Amino acid sequence: MPLTSSAGQTLAQKLIARAAGTDRVVPGDIVTCRVDLAMFHDSSGPRRLKPMLEQLGAHIWDPQRVVLVMDHYVPERDDDSRRIVRIAREWAAEQALPNVYDSMGICHVVVPQHGHIRPGMMCVGGDSHSPTGGAFGAYMFGVGSTEMLGAVVTGEIWLRVPETIQMHWSGHLAAGVTAKDMMLHMLARFGMNGGDYQAVEFCGPAVTALSMEERMTLSNMSAELGSQVGLIAPDAVTAEWLAAHGAPGVDTGPWFTDADARVTRHDFDASTLPPMVAAPHSPANSHPVDTHRGTAIQVAYIGACTGAKREDMQAAASVLRGRKVASGVRLIVAPASLRDQEAAQASGDLQILRDAGAELYPTSCGACAGYGSPMGDGDVVISTTARNFKGRMGSATAQVYLASPYTVAASALRGSVTDPREVLA
Amino acid sequence: MSTATSAATSNATSAASSNATAAASSNATAASASSDAQTSTARHRVWKLGADIDTDLLAPGYVMKHGIDVIATHCLESVRPEFASTVQRGDVLVAGPNFGIGSSREQAAGALVTLGVAAVIAPSYGGLFFRNAFNLGLMLLTCPDVDVLEEGEAIALHVPATEGQVIPEILAADGRTLRCAPIPSFLVDMAQAGGLLNQLARRYGKELTHG
Repeated sequence: MPLTSSAGQTLAQKLIARAAGTDRVVPGDIVTCRVDLAMFHDSSGPRRLKPMLEQLGAHIWDPQRVVLVMDHYVPERDDDSRRIVRIAREWAAEQALPNVYDSMGICHVVVPQHGHIRPGMMCVGGDSHSPTGGAFGAYMFGVGSTEMLGAVVTGEIWLRVPETIQMHWSGHLAAGVTAKDMMLHMLARFGMNGGDYQAVEFCGPAVTALSMEERMTLSNMSAELGSQVGLIAPDAVTAEWLAAHGAPGVDTGPWFTDADARVTRHDFDASTLPPMVAAPHSPANSHPVDTHRGTAIQVAYIGACTGAKREDMQAAASVLRGRKVASGVRLIVAPASLRDQEAAQASGDLQILRDAGAELYPTSCGACAGYGSPMGDGDVVISTTARNFKGRMGSATAQVYLASPYTVAASALRGSVTDPREVLA
Repeated sequence: MSTATSAATSNATSAASSNATAAASSNATAASASSDAQTSTARHRVWKLGADIDTDLLAPGYVMKHGIDVIATHCLESVRPEFASTVQRGDVLVAGPNFGIGSSREQAAGALVTLGVAAVIAPSYGGLFFRNAFNLGLMLLTCPDVDVLEEGEAIALHVPATEGQVIPEILAADGRTLRCAPIPSFLVDMAQAGGLLNQLARRYGKELTHG
């Protein structure tokens, strides 16, 4: 059925049309968009952009619209890391970049926490989890370094207008069940490329009921679904959160999918969703926690942009309050940002985790990106991170399970994969 | 309606059309793939891989702090340990669905370019990898019928020079012709120019000396 000119527009179409300077766009169109924000980090950014810019004799189109975050190779553990981070620091100074966040946490958390991502924006990020920005009603997607070079030289980027796949969640999540479980469930159903590089939009009462941090977890892991973006229509929750994070008075009004827009809709009931666990070596290899119940683990890792925000640490602390992790289990907590760490410190959650036996790691991408090879041969790990590809967290023989912070904490407590609802009860 | 004429496709690019002579100086990969557009005689040896080959297999995290030459020596080592040391320039990868899912690290595509891989042929790709590959001058052909291609066979590629959309064809060793999904011609131009950096360099009037 051809689209008529009067057909409604999806949120994705509205965002792209604005950035392309046109009234409406149609799925399949290839358009050039103006970039409102370009975010990159120490790994994909300066060390790769600087030489290319110098080769071209070109300059950053608008340094005000660039945000640089040092998060991958900090804290520097060896000469290579020191070199990479030094390049980033020197280049930031040389270019007089106004927005630099050095060793303050992971870009996908730090950048929104400083009010840089607002509804209606077109943003590119030099990292695959850049769709996190979709939680704020921005069209934000990941690109590689060469494409980022094109964006920072021209201030523009091309894209093919995507179809929209709506993930509609009705009902209410049970206690101890989270956005991470929703995402693992969707990955089990659609697979790692089920999003087909289209726009995924999360909606319905169970999504509207989520906090901003939980929405960020959904949008973040739309990368694992293989969609280009993971959008959530902004609302009062978005506006309030942004007002508290340096971006007051945003207009959320225009940014929603019209009722008559053409979408592919999938329905889910949050009320029946159990805690989920992804078994090695794919986030799509997900099953209800019962499937893996009793599997012994040696390492429990609470970290990453998708799994160590303030509320994630709060969830883990609610499981471990007044308890100790099982003997022989290492519990590692790597907060997603310094702000999250300070908030968890102030609330007492961090102390609860420490008292339970947690080691505190620095706020960085660290083990999630496999930097520093933290997981040893044959380790069985349960982790709040986004990916459990073979070898991603260190040794290729490590077995990595993915789960929510509730499930990871409950598993640390028992020394084996555990349904957190048993512990919370 | 604005079309992609600026960020991705400069004036210099359209001038290049799909005559890849300009690319030959800078990128042997693009040259070998694109010379087929003229002759269809070059043959490419097939490496057959499975489904879901992710970016961490192509460019492992533990070598990401190194340059592309080092990363390339570890490309695919956990699924095909002999690949990086025995692949020859002009070889092609034939893989199952979802090739290149995962990270935005363009070194996943860059490693294949460095090793001289002429093209990847798969039924589907990770979206980030798809963009990165063309940006780095690596041709990706989307073909649902990869099952008929065998490890080690010699195939030819035909990438016609058409405006708007290009429909590449694969000529299998047994004479069969496999049609690929259309690719926007500006992406074919980008791959044949050796990637976006070369296109930008032309726009900025720079001579690049990179590989």
